[in-house]
Amino acid sequence: MAAYIFRRLIVLIPLLWAVATITFFLMHAVPGGPFVGEKSMPPVLIQHMEAKYGLDKNLGQQYVTFLDNLLHGDLGISYATQQPVTQVIRHGFPATIQLGITAFIFAIVVGLVLGVLSAVNQNGVFDYISVFIATIGAAIPSFVLALLLVLLLSLHFHWFDVIGWKFGNYKSMTLPVVALGLLPAAYIARITRASMLDVLRQDYIRTARAKGLRPLQIVNRHAMRNALVPVLTVAGPIFAGLITGSFIIEYTFAIPGIGTAFVDAVNLRDYGMIMGTVLLYAFAIAICNMLVDVSYGIVDPRIRY
Amino acid sequence: MATSQPQTMSLEPAFSAATAQRGLWGQAWQRLLRNRLAVGAGLVLGIIIVVAILTSFTNVVARYDPATVNYQEVNAGPSASHFFGTDNLGRDTWSRSWQGMRISLKIGFGTQIVVLAIGILVGAGAALGGRFTDGLLMRFTDLTYAFPDLLAIILLRAILTGRDWPLIGTGDPQIPGLSGIVIQMILAIALVSWVTIARLVRGQMLSLKGADYVLAARSMGASTPRIVFTHMLPNTLGPVIVAVTFGIPLAIFAEAVLGFIGFSLQPPAASLGTLINDGYAYYRVNQWMLLVPTVGIAILMLCFTFLGDGLRDALDPRTRR
Repeated sequence: MAAYIFRRLIVLIPLLWAVATITFFLMHAVPGGPFVGEKSMPPVLIQHMEAKYGLDKNLGQQYVTFLDNLLHGDLGISYATQQPVTQVIRHGFPATIQLGITAFIFAIVVGLVLGVLSAVNQNGVFDYISVFIATIGAAIPSFVLALLLVLLLSLHFHWFDVIGWKFGNYKSMTLPVVALGLLPAAYIARITRASMLDVLRQDYIRTARAKGLRPLQIVNRHAMRNALVPVLTVAGPIFAGLITGSFIIEYTFAIPGIGTAFVDAVNLRDYGMIMGTVLLYAFAIAICNMLVDVSYGIVDPRIRY
Repeated sequence: MATSQPQTMSLEPAFSAATAQRGLWGQAWQRLLRNRLAVGAGLVLGIIIVVAILTSFTNVVARYDPATVNYQEVNAGPSASHFFGTDNLGRDTWSRSWQGMRISLKIGFGTQIVVLAIGILVGAGAALGGRFTDGLLMRFTDLTYAFPDLLAIILLRAILTGRDWPLIGTGDPQIPGLSGIVIQMILAIALVSWVTIARLVRGQMLSLKGADYVLAARSMGASTPRIVFTHMLPNTLGPVIVAVTFGIPLAIFAEAVLGFIGFSLQPPAASLGTLINDGYAYYRVNQWMLLVPTVGIAILMLCFTFLGDGLRDALDPRTRR
């Protein structure tokens, strides 16, 4: 398995290079520059600024310099804050990854529980609850859900904070996590239900029942593990979606994560920040796809690398 | 079972006169009609689309101009003269919501038209064009899956905007009813989301390439374009139609996200996303401004999802009961 992980990590390098290259040329194709803003600066000053950051060279030279710096782990300076990009990202990353991971855990736990309950209790109360949540989750975009939750639970009942993010404080964490995690939870619930129903019809489950095991034991010990494989398949894309989708939730709740940083960076043509955030997202997505592939082998020992 | 019977029986001439012949599409249509949820969703969508188109020609439904400001009636509640009240500038919320619905639908359908054009071309090219083109497409697909898509849409939108190009920019001429900025949104979203269709078409074409009936057509001397267009393309259409039905709400959703963070249309033009953004700014004084576009987008999402589910069940031969 170690060799497999190593191979996957090697493949990451050309992938990230390609993402970086595309981003580089895309962001330089955005009209305007970092110093063309609302306040017009004297042309001489702009020339000086561009010379300082190497923006006066042609695009090819800039690209070579950028790659060279990237290989040394240097993403340049954020024009807006005058700090190194790596530092700004290190500042925003914890909030983003905390939000992403908490929402992922929420989605997995709620999805699995709802899915299993609705499979065991087919056409029962839990089945309808999970269908209801799945419908809501599919119909209402996450940021709209966030707004509605804020309106009802924060502004009307004052149960939760309206904005902000403090890790470990349920008052500020609940709404962003629920808003972000409900749709994937509904999706996981539907998949779990389908695969659980499939597994529960298998012969070995009938055998387990015949020898007198309690339903809870059958589900936990015999059915769960096999029902998990289809869920794992979607777990990677779901986590990737949560990480990138988090930026709209960050924006809604004014959470100072890298999603907010990206939106600001595009507005300000802050090239280093755009590049840094895109690379980080791409890296996070690639890593969690790899983790999902690795975890197949743990859940299903028949899968070899 | 009843639907598959006519086809098998029609092989015998004695029965073919008695039972009506139904093709693949006829059968799919019958299956779709039996799905009440999908039919209901389709009807609601049909009504919304017809009314949305009507609002751009007559004032009968909308009654007010969506951009006309009236400072005498600001943030009014629902009444007989304003069904959903008025917004912070005294504009009629009912009328503005229809405008938003129209633009969101334009973006949803427009995106899928561009996606279809690129997706079918690239997918078919990859499947039929040989190893090199296929490898190229598959590498590119991996890349787009690695690229965070909402970020790419924002970047593309920033690239396309602020130019004086004709049709898709601020320059002349413009397409009436499809302003440059709407086309920019359509292109930005479409350029990110065509990959799914391309992969789908590629997969279908690859499996069809070896099918017996394609071989039969070839041995009868049919030319390659004829085989591709009259024999293979129609058979890839089922899954493509389903993907498009699910793609429309995704595009509307992407536009709403961009509208919400201020990367979409500029006022007074409004999509459902920008309306939600406006509504959020004034939720303390006027809940209707937020509620109406939210419900609107939820209805669109639900209808397209139900219709997509229904179409998938109807068009996928494997689920045939």
